[in-house]
Amino acid sequence: MIEIEDLRKVYIMGEEEVAALAGVSMRIERGESVAVIGPSGSGKSSLMNILGGLDRPTSGTYRFDGEDVGQFDDDQLAEFRRRRIGFIFQSFQLLPRLTALQNVELPMIYAGMAPAERRARAAELLDRVGLGSRMGHRPTQLSGGQQQRVAIARALANAPDLLLADEPTGALDTHTGEEVMALFKALNRDGLTLVIVTHDPEVAAEAARRVSFRDGLIVGDERAVPA
Amino acid sequence: MRGIELVRFATGAIIAHPLRSGLTSLGVVIGVAAVVMMTSIGLGAQQRVTSTIAGLGSNLIIVSPGSTRSGGGGGFVMQGAGSGASLTDRDAQAIAQQVDGVAAVAPAVRGQAQLVADGANWNTRIEGVTPAYLVARDLNVAQGRMFDEREARQGRKVVVIGPTIARELWGETDPIGRRLRVRSVPFEVIGVLESKGQSSFGQDQDDIVLGPLPAVRSRIVGRRVQGDNVQTIYVKAASDDVLDRVQEDVSNVLRVQHRIRPGDADDFSTQNMASILQASQAAVATFTILLAAVAAVSLLVGGVGIMNIMLVAVTERTREIGLRMALGAKRSHILVQFALEAVALSLAGGVIGLTIGVAGAVVIARIGSWPVAVPSWAGPLSLGFSVLVGLVFGAYPSWRAARLDPIEALRRE
Repeated sequence: MIEIEDLRKVYIMGEEEVAALAGVSMRIERGESVAVIGPSGSGKSSLMNILGGLDRPTSGTYRFDGEDVGQFDDDQLAEFRRRRIGFIFQSFQLLPRLTALQNVELPMIYAGMAPAERRARAAELLDRVGLGSRMGHRPTQLSGGQQQRVAIARALANAPDLLLADEPTGALDTHTGEEVMALFKALNRDGLTLVIVTHDPEVAAEAARRVSFRDGLIVGDERAVPA
Repeated sequence: MRGIELVRFATGAIIAHPLRSGLTSLGVVIGVAAVVMMTSIGLGAQQRVTSTIAGLGSNLIIVSPGSTRSGGGGGFVMQGAGSGASLTDRDAQAIAQQVDGVAAVAPAVRGQAQLVADGANWNTRIEGVTPAYLVARDLNVAQGRMFDEREARQGRKVVVIGPTIARELWGETDPIGRRLRVRSVPFEVIGVLESKGQSSFGQDQDDIVLGPLPAVRSRIVGRRVQGDNVQTIYVKAASDDVLDRVQEDVSNVLRVQHRIRPGDADDFSTQNMASILQASQAAVATFTILLAAVAAVSLLVGGVGIMNIMLVAVTERTREIGLRMALGAKRSHILVQFALEAVALSLAGGVIGLTIGVAGAVVIARIGSWPVAVPSWAGPLSLGFSVLVGLVFGAYPSWRAARLDPIEALRRE
């Protein structure tokens, strides 16, 4: 599904050029669950931004189902994110003004879905993540784990091909972190492709495939032997 | 996506901060309210001036003794007291005979007098006129009749009275045939004028007595007006088109009558209602534009306030903008959302300002008995202007929001 080849991302910091990605090639197949690990500054966030269509590579190619995403313009990237990608952030990124239900509706509004339809789907998704009884709550009235589950429901709203999670358990305690990971595993079992960027070895251990980054390069790519 | 959703996003953000939104709109509220009130007062003043001057009779030329300083905006006549200059019955006759295109020539004198009738008293204006006066001043007799030329010449002591006098002296009783005394001189009432109501300066135009010129001149105002002198000659032109020409001819006839040598100044003045009207309307319009311009400045200040708050909102909501982009919003969606927010703030201010402006105009009209007329274009114009202010001052903040880098924006605390 995803093919990247010799991907480079170079930032200019004053006089100096810093290569966040120094030539990365990899493939991710539909239905995989991949943990991207590595110290900060290793390039894993840059990879995630490019995979999610938030950023364009300096050079190299990024193909998603055969489409050359690296060449998309701003509007095409916006549509790519809307249709293909579900983002999950460390800090949840829920809009505090909106209820859980309205937060989940947001991506569907940009997709142009009719109000009744998207409300029904948002309710269904919240049910699926175990928050059926908290739809009218605002983020401040929810625990961290509940907020992250709202964010997951939101990421699923437009039926994405790829779920991109950036340190999804970073702001959660161990127990709720485990619950969230269990949810990810369930979603992956249902066929959703999952890429998780993390520091946490325990989180990484949950993924079937672990890709390690250092200094903008892949230094390890191992698959867990199915138990 | 659906456009209506962007409107919901914009209004949602406004409603989320009611106090801040209210204060932001306040500048536009004040600006629009001020513009609406100022133009309403201006239009009211203009209408009052127009109706006052039109109330004097259309196509009317007023000839007065003495010269006026020309070029004055209001241009009302300086009475030629002590100047020695005077107008006479003969001047009026000469105008009537020699000038073409004249509908009526009416010489007149006027005074103030105490009326006594059947035990009631009333102080009023009395004018000595000829029957042509009714034509010149656009007056009509509602009841009874006007005296004729013969009665006037013979010095018959008859009067036509305004409805106010009929009411004050006789109440509901028919005044025709009744007697009243003016400075002890008895007159018989033969007619009642049709009501003209209040003039727009608040003067009761129905509070008047018209008597035959010779009788009133000799018996009532005799001390101030001697011989066959008159204080005013009203000349009504047959139509608008000949007004200027008639005015010219009247001057020429009077210069001959008064034996004024070429090059010498007139010892009388003629004033044409149309030109007085034009001059006063122009003066009022200038004044109105000036007031409205001052008010419009506050609208601009209101726009700057909106821009300021929108810039704050973009900074505050940087993360929200980044998130929306991550969820699939295009840059144009962000641009339109913030532009709509600015327009909605401004338009809300415009609607409230319009309401306050109209209400204020009505209150001023009621309490100040000042004429106020809200122009029909005040609504569309002020709302249109509010939208424009929102667009202009919302453009830069919205553009800033749309240009944000989603990665940077999401990282912002």
